[in-house]
Amino acid sequence: MTPEKARQLVMDALHRVAPEIDLAAVSPGDDLREQLDIDSMDILNVMIDLSEKAGCNIDDEDYGNMETLGQCVDFLVANAP
Amino acid sequence: MPTLGADMTKGTLIKWLVKTGEHVERGDVIAEVETDKADLEIEVFEAGIVERFLVEEGASVPVGTPLAIIASATGHPAPPAAAPSAGKDRVLAEPSERPTVAGPRRSHPRATPTARILATRLNLDLGAVPGSGVGGDITRADVERAAAASRAAPGGRGRASPRARRLALELGVSLETVRGTGIDGAVTGDDVQSAAKRPSIPGEPVPPQKGPVARRGPIAALMERSNREIPHYYLSLDIDVSATLEWLTGENTGKPVAERILFPALLLRAVAIAAAQVPGLNGYWQDGGFEPAADVNVGFAISLRGGGLVAPALMRVDQAGVTAVMANLRDLVTRSRSGRLKASELTSGTITVTSLGDLGVDNVFGLIFPPQVALVGFGRVRERPWAESGMLAVRRVITATLAADHRASDGHRGGLFLAAVEHALKEPTTL
Repeated sequence: MTPEKARQLVMDALHRVAPEIDLAAVSPGDDLREQLDIDSMDILNVMIDLSEKAGCNIDDEDYGNMETLGQCVDFLVANAP
Repeated sequence: MPTLGADMTKGTLIKWLVKTGEHVERGDVIAEVETDKADLEIEVFEAGIVERFLVEEGASVPVGTPLAIIASATGHPAPPAAAPSAGKDRVLAEPSERPTVAGPRRSHPRATPTARILATRLNLDLGAVPGSGVGGDITRADVERAAAASRAAPGGRGRASPRARRLALELGVSLETVRGTGIDGAVTGDDVQSAAKRPSIPGEPVPPQKGPVARRGPIAALMERSNREIPHYYLSLDIDVSATLEWLTGENTGKPVAERILFPALLLRAVAIAAAQVPGLNGYWQDGGFEPAADVNVGFAISLRGGGLVAPALMRVDQAGVTAVMANLRDLVTRSRSGRLKASELTSGTITVTSLGDLGVDNVFGLIFPPQVALVGFGRVRERPWAESGMLAVRRVITATLAADHRASDGHRGGLFLAAVEHALKEPTTL
């Protein structure tokens, strides 16, 4: 998956759980839970969204490597077909 | 208009979802209603044919107002639809005693004659005065207290009724800019509402319609009532959940993300099992006595984006498996945040759980949601030095707290309850 496509998927997923946040203002290194004030249920919904749209499974252990926008994009680029 | 919580006094019918002449079954969603708290779907309590609408779309009516006539299958008109009819709904239906703004039938709060006279003289709105007398009656002392509080309240030199102050806060209106039409030019609640409706001058902040502050209103009133009326007692218990979490990781491994179970689902199940076992904590304090509930419907406190709090219930958690509870929980959180809750979900909770683990707090000492009698709080799971059988180890620990109504139970019962929660959590295969 290309970084552009991955970034778009992550942005779309985040927008669904936090529609009022200006995602353009989120920098790639920001911790998403803190920046967007999202909880574990929101994270689960983001991960469901990403795994379905990107067509790859995301294990619980992977969550630790997906804490920022940049990390989420990197994960999808590396793992999504 | 059913009451969707002890703090609700009116609702606005946004849209009818059925047509006249249509057949409806008990439990069908027939209308959308807007409250201060959320937009909700109203379910019908009777099966039959929708004969006539009594309330038009866009109308704001007090709790208890019939919304429509439904003719039963046999041809006789059934009781008005969506009016709380029996059982739990009746238990929870608290008649609106505060004056409502939009309703044609202005109901009056119950107050003693001297309180009424004093309130008139002081230009106090009795609807905003909390009653402490028998059956919640407003007494002379209550009025004096409210009058003193309104004099002491910051943010306004001029005279304004408590309701006006509350509305001003909720609607984002500055009291100084409102022309009062009450006695001696005092600002009334209606003045504030008219001021809020006027088009705002460019450059001035627009009053928020349903922003964080507006949503704070109902929950503020409910929590005020809880703290005033309920003699709370608190207990806490540290629970070693290491084995439970290992079991959960094993269960989730290899499953698609959508089928995984989150820890809060286990917490809800454990609470429901304990609530079914230990009497005195699952039900309502009503009319001076405790009424146990037959089912365990666990309310789950959900924070709304932008502020505010709702605690919709998951039904019969004591009888459901953890997979079903997880699916329902995810659905409930999603719908709470998008404003698509069913009315019944806001009124059927028999005990409430609040889990603040995501925020990193260790303990939660909460306020009970009236008329319930218990609230169970969970903090975050953290690694702790843990001594057991003469050995010291590092274990993953969560602190469970119980806030309970001392009128309905005592510390002994509460202790048994928390022990039952621990027992259930440590036997995850039974969850």
